[in-house]
Amino acid sequence: MQRNILEYLEETVKIYPEKTAYADEESLLVFQDVIYNSKAIGSYLSNKGLYREPVVVFMKKSPETIASFFGAVYAGCFYVPLDEEMGPLRIKMILEKVDPKVAICDQTTIAKINEWGFSGQACLYNDIIETDIDESRLGFVRDNQLDVDPIYTVFTSGSTGMPKGVTANHRSVIDYIDNLMEVLKVDENTVFGNQTPFYFDACLKEVLGTIKCGATTYIIPKSNFMFPLKLVEFLNKYKVNTVCWVVTALTMISSFKVLEKTVPEYLHTIAFGSEVFPIKQFKLWRQHLPNARFINLYGPTEATGMSCYYEVDRDFDLDEAIPIGKPFKNTEVMLLKEDNSRAESGELGEICIRGASVTLGYYKDHERTAQVFVQNPLNDAYPEIIYKTGDLGKINERGELIFVSRKDYQIKHMGHRIELGEIEASVNTLDGIRNSCCIYHKETSKIILFYSGIPEVAEVIKNLKTKLPRHMIPNHVETMERLPLTSNGKIDRVFLSNEYAKKKGEIK
Amino acid sequence: MKTLLSILKDLHPEIDFETHEQLIDKGVLDSFDIVTIAAEIDNEYGVSIPADAIVPENFNSAKALYALIERLEEEE
Repeated sequence: MQRNILEYLEETVKIYPEKTAYADEESLLVFQDVIYNSKAIGSYLSNKGLYREPVVVFMKKSPETIASFFGAVYAGCFYVPLDEEMGPLRIKMILEKVDPKVAICDQTTIAKINEWGFSGQACLYNDIIETDIDESRLGFVRDNQLDVDPIYTVFTSGSTGMPKGVTANHRSVIDYIDNLMEVLKVDENTVFGNQTPFYFDACLKEVLGTIKCGATTYIIPKSNFMFPLKLVEFLNKYKVNTVCWVVTALTMISSFKVLEKTVPEYLHTIAFGSEVFPIKQFKLWRQHLPNARFINLYGPTEATGMSCYYEVDRDFDLDEAIPIGKPFKNTEVMLLKEDNSRAESGELGEICIRGASVTLGYYKDHERTAQVFVQNPLNDAYPEIIYKTGDLGKINERGELIFVSRKDYQIKHMGHRIELGEIEASVNTLDGIRNSCCIYHKETSKIILFYSGIPEVAEVIKNLKTKLPRHMIPNHVETMERLPLTSNGKIDRVFLSNEYAKKKGEIK
Repeated sequence: MKTLLSILKDLHPEIDFETHEQLIDKGVLDSFDIVTIAAEIDNEYGVSIPADAIVPENFNSAKALYALIERLEEEE
């Protein structure tokens, strides 16, 4: 039985040593390079005595970043990916929480991590891949590694302002990747075009799908997602046939009517998720790529990535939502009502996940882990943890699972999961701010911030840019004398939402 | 031009759009901004920007963007 994700790589390298595994426009690693560099990094870390502890990987998104991830796992450690896009404050918070002894950097990041008060040892990727591979040491590590040992900790938005570090082990990731690749029908002919950042679980699809199946991943430069014609050119140049993108990346192409001019001609498998796909845009895609498979994916980071899938097999009306379908093999979705009983067909319930894909929980955060990783309320016989997503869903008349809404103030914006409370918490730390409130205007996909206090709007935004990742910066900011309150003394979100909608109407 | 500047200002109040000429090259605008700007231009000016005009040169400055709007208005 497979116990370790690196077995994917070790099997594939025997068949395709010279095949391209990961590439971007600047560099390229064949499978043999990937395993060689990862083992060198693993040997370096292991020689330093590191074992079952966090290793930060803070590099520009590149094929080499992936080798660093695997290097950490070769040493029996788990990687914590950081990216400049997260913003300095969040990076500092993560470093403080994780307190790693070693960080793997490149020339573009090493000065920054030291500047941000990193007290461990920052080493350069290019230096440590020169380490002699110590096969016997790596073998010893492997013999002792368990499939319940962690592979990574990735940080996701937390409503208190402190991000939560979701930690996943080999067993969960293998379970997820095996089942996902079967559904996507990935094989050695697959060419992925990667869009999602490496500091979330979303990239596991390409990163691990590649080593499992002997596929190839091209990392698409972020700037291409601003200019849709260039993006399609890229896909055609590298003969990309499979993408797992956030919906916004796909609608970027369709909404500018690019498909009427040029289509990604090799593309045959399009997986999307993290957001609702507007049907009008979706129809354009299907019309121009009638032979492609379209697969809607749904799942929380806390259950390793994706838990459910639906392969589109029919047309949808403009006001319909594409179902999230059914769970992957070896995963159960339980729809639980407030009283913890199962929702009947058509009834609303909270989507709860049961199975090997449920991750270990939040790193060094027992309190927040215990709130959502809970004992299965329908099992009083033995310990069994399920994850409560906070998403509400129901089963439609066809027996398909439908995502309905959130229970709280978590939103999905540009494919990122965001707690509006985290934005508010950040605003409230600024000098001279009395209070603040964030709402999400679904129709235009905008985060709207209202605040009362002394600083000007421009100053607030400028300061927020140093505190929050780019995707969490409000799209529109308004200052008010004082924020409206409900009769309970809470900030009146409904009133603010209505005010904004009214104002939008007036402008037009 | 005033309307355009207010659209841009709404996205990035701290940027002086009247003088900035490297909005793309310096990473001021991202893909979300491009989509938003195109939608707002459609709203306010009634012109839709065709795919082949979504190129860095047209988005590097407010001036370039305004010239694009004028061209599109003339074509209509």
